[in-house]
Amino acid sequence: MSAVLDPHGKPHDGHDDGHGHGHGDHHHGPPAGIWRWMTTTNHKDIGTLYLWFSFFMFLSGGVLALTIRAELFQPGLQIVRPEFFNQLTTMHGLIMVFGAIMPAFVGFANWMIPLQIGAPDMAFARMNNWSFWLLIPAAILLIASFFVPGGATAAGWTLYAPLSTQMGPGMDMAIFAMHIMGASSIMGSINIVTTILNMRAPGMTLMKMPMFCWTWLITAYLLIAVMPVLAGAITMVLTDRHFGTSFFNAAGGGDPVMYQHIFWFFGHPEVYIMILPAFGIVSHIIPAFARKQLFGYASMVYATSSIAILSFIVWAHHMFTTGIPVAGQLFFMYATMLIAVPTGVKVFNWIATMWKGSMTFETPMLFAVGFIFVFTMGGFTGLICAITPIDIQIQDTYYVVAHFHYVLVAGSLYALFAGAYYWLPKWTGHMYSEGLGKLHFWASLIFFNITFFPMHFLGLAGMPRRIPDYATQFTDFNMVATIGAFGFGLSQLIFLVVVLKCIKGGPKAADKPWDGAEGLEWEVPSPAPYHTFETPPVVK
Amino acid sequence: MMQNQKTVLKWGFAVAALLFGVAAWAAVDMPGGPAVRQLNLQPAVTKIAEDIIWLHWVMLAICTVIFVAVFGVMFYSIYAHRRSKGHKPATFHESTAVEIAWTIVPTIIVVIMAGLATKTVVAMKDTSGADITIKATGYQWKWGYDYIKGEGEGIAFFSTLSTPREQIEDANSKAREDNVHYLLQTDNDVVVPVGKKIRILTTANDVIHAWWVPAFGVKQDAIPGFIRDTWFKAEKTGTFRGNCAELCGKEHGFMPIVVQVVEPAAYAEWVDKKKKEMLAKQDDPNKVWDMAGLMDRGAKVYAANCVACHQASGKGVPGAFPALDGAKFVTGPKDNTMAILVNGRQGTAMASFKGLSDVELAAAATYVRNSWGNKTGDMVAPADVKAARAWDAGKVSQLTAKAN
Repeated sequence: MSAVLDPHGKPHDGHDDGHGHGHGDHHHGPPAGIWRWMTTTNHKDIGTLYLWFSFFMFLSGGVLALTIRAELFQPGLQIVRPEFFNQLTTMHGLIMVFGAIMPAFVGFANWMIPLQIGAPDMAFARMNNWSFWLLIPAAILLIASFFVPGGATAAGWTLYAPLSTQMGPGMDMAIFAMHIMGASSIMGSINIVTTILNMRAPGMTLMKMPMFCWTWLITAYLLIAVMPVLAGAITMVLTDRHFGTSFFNAAGGGDPVMYQHIFWFFGHPEVYIMILPAFGIVSHIIPAFARKQLFGYASMVYATSSIAILSFIVWAHHMFTTGIPVAGQLFFMYATMLIAVPTGVKVFNWIATMWKGSMTFETPMLFAVGFIFVFTMGGFTGLICAITPIDIQIQDTYYVVAHFHYVLVAGSLYALFAGAYYWLPKWTGHMYSEGLGKLHFWASLIFFNITFFPMHFLGLAGMPRRIPDYATQFTDFNMVATIGAFGFGLSQLIFLVVVLKCIKGGPKAADKPWDGAEGLEWEVPSPAPYHTFETPPVVK
Repeated sequence: MMQNQKTVLKWGFAVAALLFGVAAWAAVDMPGGPAVRQLNLQPAVTKIAEDIIWLHWVMLAICTVIFVAVFGVMFYSIYAHRRSKGHKPATFHESTAVEIAWTIVPTIIVVIMAGLATKTVVAMKDTSGADITIKATGYQWKWGYDYIKGEGEGIAFFSTLSTPREQIEDANSKAREDNVHYLLQTDNDVVVPVGKKIRILTTANDVIHAWWVPAFGVKQDAIPGFIRDTWFKAEKTGTFRGNCAELCGKEHGFMPIVVQVVEPAAYAEWVDKKKKEMLAKQDDPNKVWDMAGLMDRGAKVYAANCVACHQASGKGVPGAFPALDGAKFVTGPKDNTMAILVNGRQGTAMASFKGLSDVELAAAATYVRNSWGNKTGDMVAPADVKAARAWDAGKVSQLTAKAN
């Protein structure tokens, strides 16, 4: 299999350095300078690009979030105008979802899937390069939209019509950015599916495959299924805006609520797109640091698949207040509640894996356990939100803001950090600073809860989301949340320091730095050489 | 218990205030709205809201029990099964029986949870047999109410935020601190009788809004071009406050909903007063308006309807809302100004204001054409507006085209 695939799609500078195609791992190094990154078709390079890109977007989205929190520190308008405030909330959402969390998981997929299945590279190496570099114009469109007349889109990250048909050119830029990012995601997904289905090492049957690959395989199918749906929705907004169509304009025979149906048919699976790979990462880390095999591997696979399938039949729980009929409300309430079952199974399996293990708590394990603990709180508030009458009371309030940050920050983001600490030694060849890593974990955990826990109270008490100013009774909890948010934001700089230090130097990492870790990725040297598994390993 | 909780919280905030050098806010509870540092849903005024509070407590209790049980096991394991305590790893890694058990038990629990809520879902949707029907229309950014059936039929009014703009804009406003109802107060409250079933029809003029009063347990999106409905039956008198709950643009945070629930006798009195008021407010059709009168009236119309976007200075918000000061469509032919006021401007945030009276629109047009640097010197008469309302679509689209 490795013979079929030359991971370097084409010749490049430095190719004629006399080495030719050697069999040693180190002969076929990358060219130097910017061209290495522009033209690379190497899955590790592309993985690295994705990870840096997403971290940059994470910081950008974070700056927007902190501006929001600064304005909300006390009642009245102090820092930003209401119209700019709406741009901030909208762009914070879009940047974090499409710029930070999703590309970060694709970065992990690029780095780890070939290493975990014993493949030399991704199946479509040049398309892989293209799917990354498409993200750059998309990011530029998004960020530059702040500087056009009227500013960035201020319709909320959900871009509900007909509010989104009122916006200025910033809206069109956001639509194009999402088209491009969607194309990138679809290409990335096709690549991942093909790689996993065709390039596994001999002997690695699907049911022997590492959980991270399983979760990504399922995620990739979700992406292929729903990204075109999003593209359809925003294209209809675009034609409503400029070409006289009336998809979402009642005066022309359209229906504004139809936008929400289409959007959430994408939007709900999207939630699982951002959490399933996180489940995969955690399913590696818990066994590694409990020194005990993952409990219930098969049921983990089935649970992941069930979540993915159920995710297509729950979308209207985002729309309980739009006036859907009583039968619809009941159906979507019951279907949504059911998702708790496979999710619960996963949590039980992780805890059963820890049970009677021999645990140590290095930073990856801390983040993984923190993930289970805090993510589950988000899961419980999800159950509460799924109860239609309660949802009607708390929909579009800060309760929902708290809920989805518990699953997206304490869920997806914590799992990303856990995975980054877990595999950093393999990526860089150095051990990271355990002390700084632990500091990063504890600071993140504490400040996260200071920021988002009070938002449950605010939502229950009746504070709507997406407002730049609020009744004075809400002041104290908002102040607490703002203080927490600045602490949380600054804590993330610790991570930057850890990573930079780890790249520059540090104790040499062993090939397998975690004694309980399992998987093919630990059988190659640290740092992983530029080319790995040119001859496929055999899995027994 | 509640008191203890409050004391603890108070001390917590005092410490935080010392640490971070900010003054803990000295607000007092808002009756019918949020209390200071309120932890739970607002006190219920309807049966539905009561059910919601009950459901929330039940959910919270079940979730807490499961949470404590599951994480009790996890933290015990973290405590006991660690290498530093010399624990050796076991080797078990699957058990079909256990997997089946922890699939079936949660399924039963979630079905019970949803089952408990089912009755309330059905009850919330039953809008039949209403005593009074009120249509609530969302506008950017105010609510319009029409009493369309039952006692008070025919009453119609707009309801806008009555918090003074300075309280919002000033960074450190003392008046804001003292305003218990800050942002949750209107110039025209909705009034309904206690113990009567009120059906609310919602719709919108421009984008989606949502009509929400937490104490009633009612939240219903208001969708342009469609009618949705919901209902409530308040069991207590008092004033209850909520806001628009669906992002609707710039002033989304500033379109409150205030409902006064009064005794039936007081309601009858209010209906009577409101109807007389509406009659009195109707401008005498034979009144002849002079420039000063229109300018005076126009300033009021402008402050109530235009100032949020176009600003008191007439300068608008660059990039978002155009300036009126010096704009061609204001200082040019008055037909353009009137066409835009009556019909709005397609594809922009400028909505149609045809809901205002001829006099009001004439006054607004006169005002903007003769304020700030604009000195057309002419006046727009109510009769002009009346004529402008009859223009056909072709003429309107020509007059309101963006090129103007």
